[in-house]
Amino acid sequence: MDSKPQNAELPFGSAPQFRLKAGLFPLTQLDISDYEHSCFEQQLRAKAAEAPAFFQHTPVVLNLEPYQGTLAPPVQEMAALCREHGLIPVALRSPDDAIQEQARACGLAIMPAGRPARETADTSDTSKASESVAVKAEPETAAPTSEAPTARPSKVIDTPIRSGQQVYAAGGDLIVLSSVSAGAEVLADGNIHVYGALRGRALAGVRGDTSARIFCQSLEAELVSIAGTFKLDEDFRGQHWKSAAKIRLDEQTLEIQPLS
Amino acid sequence: MAKIIVVTSGKGGVGKTTSSAAISSGLALRGHKTAVIDFDIGLRNLDIVMNCERRVVYDFVNVINGDATLRQALIKDKRVDNLYILPASQTRDKDALSMDGVERVLKELADDGFEYIICDSPAGIEHGAFMALYFADTAIVVANPEVSSVRDSDRILGILQSKSRRAENGERVEEYLLLTRYNPERAAKGEMLAVEDVEEILATKLLGVIPESETVLKASNQGIPVIHDDQSTAGQAYSDAVARLLGEEVEQRFIHAEQKGLFKRLFGRTA
Repeated sequence: MDSKPQNAELPFGSAPQFRLKAGLFPLTQLDISDYEHSCFEQQLRAKAAEAPAFFQHTPVVLNLEPYQGTLAPPVQEMAALCREHGLIPVALRSPDDAIQEQARACGLAIMPAGRPARETADTSDTSKASESVAVKAEPETAAPTSEAPTARPSKVIDTPIRSGQQVYAAGGDLIVLSSVSAGAEVLADGNIHVYGALRGRALAGVRGDTSARIFCQSLEAELVSIAGTFKLDEDFRGQHWKSAAKIRLDEQTLEIQPLS
Repeated sequence: MAKIIVVTSGKGGVGKTTSSAAISSGLALRGHKTAVIDFDIGLRNLDIVMNCERRVVYDFVNVINGDATLRQALIKDKRVDNLYILPASQTRDKDALSMDGVERVLKELADDGFEYIICDSPAGIEHGAFMALYFADTAIVVANPEVSSVRDSDRILGILQSKSRRAENGERVEEYLLLTRYNPERAAKGEMLAVEDVEEILATKLLGVIPESETVLKASNQGIPVIHDDQSTAGQAYSDAVARLLGEEVEQRFIHAEQKGLFKRLFGRTA
């Protein structure tokens, strides 16, 4: 790519018209284990009659991972049936390439394969460490009824979190007594405290808690995010770099201040 | 009780095999019965570095498959008593290493009275590298003073402490950092990461710093582990590293540039 500096400037001198922001939305997942047109429709109608309030333009993810039917599922037909009954299919989840192809043809997004649960992602490494925030933030929460947040004890980690590792404190704070390496990722529903250098990515309030904060002894992060609003290292390389910092969300922007 | 030590790095070409050869020789030179196993199935190199290429009859995979006994496959080193080499197979791939098979061979070596078992890991974080590190009690992570190597070392340390047998049992693998190909002059000029930088990033105990030296390549080509060359700085650095591995307190050498005059040495540090 040709990189003349003046090309980087906006030609119209106007303010940016959009900005990318990671969001975390609870999405309902429709686990489909079998499909036969009339039977499926009947059951869907019955469900809709049971909870009419829920079936009103509700976005859903069609999950075909548990699909056991002998025939290939007709994705387009399923999606149409869902729409008829007040559900808006937005994405599909299936390990099958042919099904994914069908979904793409219907304009559905493909969700990454389901992982057993975030809770177990503890110290296991994920090859998806470089996945973008937006993708990362959304798909995991599948509960239609948002469970009441109960106070859970903080998760305390006293060993370095290495590149490729991901640690998630579900429902509470994450306290790291050592450093977080570049290429590692720490997430918490609450606050994140790092008593060493924070060199990787830190995402606090991943379920949307805008009052979550991040504290670290040395800010060298690749990315910091609170409730989906993020900043990259280039945003704070000048100021606060390698110094103790506290980060909070003020309105729509992340505010970084010295920790003292 | 045999101590299983994996020599690993994540990244290729940083000096794992050279270090495995030197450290296993160093342990044997100090009288410890040592075996060194080449886990790089399909890219057999350790036997060349240790100059026993022509003596390979049976290999690690043969032993795992039961085609040969351990005794038949082990090659006795010609320079040092107490040192035995278990070569890799050149004609197979990493999938030939089964968890049960590797465990059986390690156990048999331990039962045979080996005090140290050095596992020379292949590069990468796939099956071969995983098999080499899974049973380790101690890990020597080899890194070069450059960002990508340090990053890969960090990754492998994470895998060690989460996926190895010790980690599964809730224990920690003892970890050491071995920095190879270090050039203090270039580090001082900022062309290379300095020892302190690497130590800070990896937060791991420093086993030693092996200075960049032409004797390393020469030794490797001649099939004489560089630790035998006590005139070379690299050989001396490996001897120090082995001493530290055995729990001795040895001051780090070869970390700082040498051309500095006395005055600069005296005043340079405070500047």
